[in-house]
Amino acid sequence: MQTRFSFGGDEHIFAEVGEAMSLEAFFKSLFITNAVRDAKIKGVTEICPANASYQVKFDPDQIKPDDLLTELKRLDSASEKSEPVIKTRIIEIPVLYNDPWTHETLMRFRERHQDPNGTDLEYAARINGLDGVDAFIKSHSSAPWFVSMVGFVAGLPFLYQMVERKRQLQAPKYLRPRTDTPKLTVGHGGCFSCIYSVRGAGGYQMFGITPMPIYDPNQNISYLRDFMCLFRPGDIVKWKPIDRAAYDAAVADVDAGRFAPVIRDVSFSLTEFNRDVDAYNAKLDGVLHGR
Amino acid sequence: MAVKVLKPGLATTVQDLGRPGYYHIGIPLSGGMDRHALVAANLLVGNDAGAAVLEAVFMGPELEFTEDATVAVTGAELPPKLDGEPRETWTSFRVKRGQILSFDFLKQGARGYIAVAGGIDVPVVLGSRSTYALGALGGFKGRKLDAGDELPIGSAAATGKDGRTVARDLRGQPAGMPTELRAMPGLYWHRITEAAGNGFFSDTWKVAPEADRIGYRFKGGKPLEFVPREPPFGAGSDPSNITDACYPYGSIQVPGGTEPIVLHRDAVSGGGYFMVGTVIAADMDLIGQLQPNTPVKFVKVDMNQALAVRKSRSELLGKLHNALA
Repeated sequence: MQTRFSFGGDEHIFAEVGEAMSLEAFFKSLFITNAVRDAKIKGVTEICPANASYQVKFDPDQIKPDDLLTELKRLDSASEKSEPVIKTRIIEIPVLYNDPWTHETLMRFRERHQDPNGTDLEYAARINGLDGVDAFIKSHSSAPWFVSMVGFVAGLPFLYQMVERKRQLQAPKYLRPRTDTPKLTVGHGGCFSCIYSVRGAGGYQMFGITPMPIYDPNQNISYLRDFMCLFRPGDIVKWKPIDRAAYDAAVADVDAGRFAPVIRDVSFSLTEFNRDVDAYNAKLDGVLHGR
Repeated sequence: MAVKVLKPGLATTVQDLGRPGYYHIGIPLSGGMDRHALVAANLLVGNDAGAAVLEAVFMGPELEFTEDATVAVTGAELPPKLDGEPRETWTSFRVKRGQILSFDFLKQGARGYIAVAGGIDVPVVLGSRSTYALGALGGFKGRKLDAGDELPIGSAAATGKDGRTVARDLRGQPAGMPTELRAMPGLYWHRITEAAGNGFFSDTWKVAPEADRIGYRFKGGKPLEFVPREPPFGAGSDPSNITDACYPYGSIQVPGGTEPIVLHRDAVSGGGYFMVGTVIAADMDLIGQLQPNTPVKFVKVDMNQALAVRKSRSELLGKLHNALA
């Protein structure tokens, strides 16, 4: 993989590790951005990893653009030698699939969708060759997902399914973006799922909703008191399908300040993962549930 | 001391020089779109350059002062009135307790900066008082102002003098028509044909109605023709799609190849549209003063030219500081 560098005006360097999404490109982006952070380069103001690329913002009054570029290229080639292992977290996210709120919204914007006569879940199941909505939900929730980027808006995670490419779920974005998406909608566009951290415009297919807040600018939510955004690039997410009763109970727990998310520390090795994907994911599940 | 909001204007927000350091989790810089004008307003009333002010777009608010204060309005030509009496922009003036500051219709530009000696004293969130409305973060309750809001004002370090003014040549406002925005081609520039690239820089564009703190949309130029490709896995089928990536401030994305969008201070931090390049940092202030329908040309520059313009913009700011020291 040869990284392509480009200046984004006089204050950014943009680096495309891979044109296509892959875990290898994501890992390399994550490694280099960590290395740039550790290097504490004078004049660097923002370090942003993305799915298969990254971006560094800098102050050209403090570091010459060409000098920073040289340094990034050096870190880029040094990263080839590092073992693809990260210490991270696995987080369980409860999801009410096929919920009434995203359903109301997707019906409201039906004329902007590829399939005006169905729902987003029915459409996604069909184009992925799956036998109905239940089979799709099973496929979506059985393997874990990597948080491969955080952004677009505050705290929104992009999630990449941890299975071989041929098994990955894919769905195009809406033909025209919606002007509304419920907060905490679980969406999907291209090969990425996401959780909408705030209510607003969006173009991803809508599959369900989580009762678990992931962004709280007021920092009232117990597990968001240290920082207002839950996710960091490199986190692993496991969806847990829940029913309406469990959803309502979780919302009540959140409101009462007693909702306790399931979050465990875990070490992830890309080499071992690639050796046997299903066995490795089962092991991750074991860590999540204390087995 | 407080300022009561009688009428909020169109979209008036509290802004300072922004909140760097959190773009990697989607929280943008925010802060005044025209930073030069924001600094000028603060210096006129004796504040630190980066104190929090009000940014009013297209239409001014109506404000009642509960104590005596010193005020300055800079940026757009949004003429202030004190109890109905006209006051000058770019000039500090005194306000007596109980007086009402209102505004005449916008004459030029887009965003006015209203500084009060002592600064708008909303809580500092992640190092800044700026409003990031999309994330309901910072500013006054994370949102634009509403009628009935009461804005706390900090205690002024020094009593601001009235009648101080900023000379025209130190104001840094857009000059001439069409407005020229200098941009460096790059990022995903290779996705469009050479003819499309030439067209992008030779066409005259106009500011579209969808122009806000997140980004400015432009229309009226020729659609961009793409270099054919096999869509990479994860990018999406449209030729303007990329595997979702970071968006630089000032980056010029062109969804579908039709209408360029330049991301501004409340930028979405990333997404799946290709970008042809980036407006240089020194010209970002100018965008904040463009009204819909204003003709604009993108002017191609390289890094050396960008740094030269940056230097002269920074010298202008230095002169402003000296003039108001």
